[in-house]
Amino acid sequence: MAADDRFTEDFRDSRDEELIGAISEAITGPVADWATDFSHLEPEWSADPYPIQDDLRQRCPLAHTERFGGAWLPTRYEDVAAIAYDTGRFSSRSIILSNFRPPRELAPIGGSPPISSDPPFHHDARKLLLPAFTKAVITKQEPATRAFCHSLIDAFGGQDVVDAARDYAQHIPMRVIADMLGFPPEDGPQFRVFVEDLLEGINLPPDERIERVSRLFDYLVAQVHDHIDNPRDDLTTYLLNAELYGQKLAPEHVVGTMALLLIAGIDTTWSAIGASLWHLAKTPDDRRRLVAEPALLPTAIEEFLRAYAPVTMARLVQEDMHWRGVDMKADDWILLSFPAANRDPAQFDRAGEVVIDREVNRHAAFGLGIHRCVGSHLARMELRVALEAWLARIPEFTLDDPAAVTWAAGQIRGPRALPLRIR
Amino acid sequence: MKIQIGGDRCQGHGRCYDRAPDLFGADDEGYGKVLGDGVVPPGKERDARLAAANCPERAIDLLEEG
Repeated sequence: MAADDRFTEDFRDSRDEELIGAISEAITGPVADWATDFSHLEPEWSADPYPIQDDLRQRCPLAHTERFGGAWLPTRYEDVAAIAYDTGRFSSRSIILSNFRPPRELAPIGGSPPISSDPPFHHDARKLLLPAFTKAVITKQEPATRAFCHSLIDAFGGQDVVDAARDYAQHIPMRVIADMLGFPPEDGPQFRVFVEDLLEGINLPPDERIERVSRLFDYLVAQVHDHIDNPRDDLTTYLLNAELYGQKLAPEHVVGTMALLLIAGIDTTWSAIGASLWHLAKTPDDRRRLVAEPALLPTAIEEFLRAYAPVTMARLVQEDMHWRGVDMKADDWILLSFPAANRDPAQFDRAGEVVIDREVNRHAAFGLGIHRCVGSHLARMELRVALEAWLARIPEFTLDDPAAVTWAAGQIRGPRALPLRIR
Repeated sequence: MKIQIGGDRCQGHGRCYDRAPDLFGADDEGYGKVLGDGVVPPGKERDARLAAANCPERAIDLLEEG
């Protein structure tokens, strides 16, 4: 077999500039009015975004901000759904809202296909991944995931208080996705840095942001070279061998998809596990009921996903247009809040309450339309196994100090510090 | 009662085969498919309705007889 020469120095040098495009000035500081100056990066939002979203849905369902070079925030389910379905007028070429707008030429592939891809390319790039993420394939990972969860609980030893976000939730998706991509399991701590670099360093100066993104890129290229030298049965080797339109994938496609799987696979599920444990720690009735009725857990998990949906996406407006009463401009951002959609009273009864036996729950935590989270079956398995193991081993737990709980700032929201008293 | 998955609306969320595995299955890419001829056996009507009501894409059609 000929050597794989796609991943040369030239490829590495060419990448950064093309992802940056137009730069807007970073505007930070307290929000004056959420309807006209919103920012999902401010502490008030990360601490508790739901009252803000509920207020906006009532008085200004398409909120706007001049920050990030101009962005819109829909809070009604019907608007979020309409944007998710309208891939023609709302591009996915960047799905992390920042002060950089990637150039239009980056579409339809985007920096991390298929999440950053638009039709028609999107369909073909997504089709490559789907067979690896079906429920049947994911089920094979369940025993190893369960054993890993128990090993994390074993490691709590005799402690009375543990940090369920830091010492439990974060490790589970890190281990699972490292196994799937064929990365060394001990690299987990680095993954956390990559996640923070990409998803939380939004307002950093351009040079610093490029440098941080490069750290992830360098790591992934090193993994690529290791897999070229030592092919094995994992997603990295699969992507290196995969073909589209009769050719091997472009190197940017391979590395972009690896970045997507690594980043999107970690703090999303970490957040969902943490938010579920946070809810149960402060809601003893729900906790006791799930301990007594484990069969209810899958239904309760859907409700945790609805009420504490961790993921907000972004879109870019394609052309100037009048849309549902507002004037959108080409390259305006859309902050596509699935969490806000999931709490719309027009779509859900008792939308603001957590009802763990909710039977009809058409939530949008994994998105709607062609970009439905490709890892949703994996996330559900991890979330269920993580909660089953926890509730079986630690049926009694409470928040040790509610004020010590901290939440990630940015588009992925979940607890980052979650001290729980477990005995 | 008969069930069908409408055209290209299914995006593979899998809520139907999670909730009603007797009525729905998955293809090799995770998209939902109706098992058998789609006729809902007696006693399974509630499962069919719940599967339809939980589909995020509203991709499941229930065809009531008569």
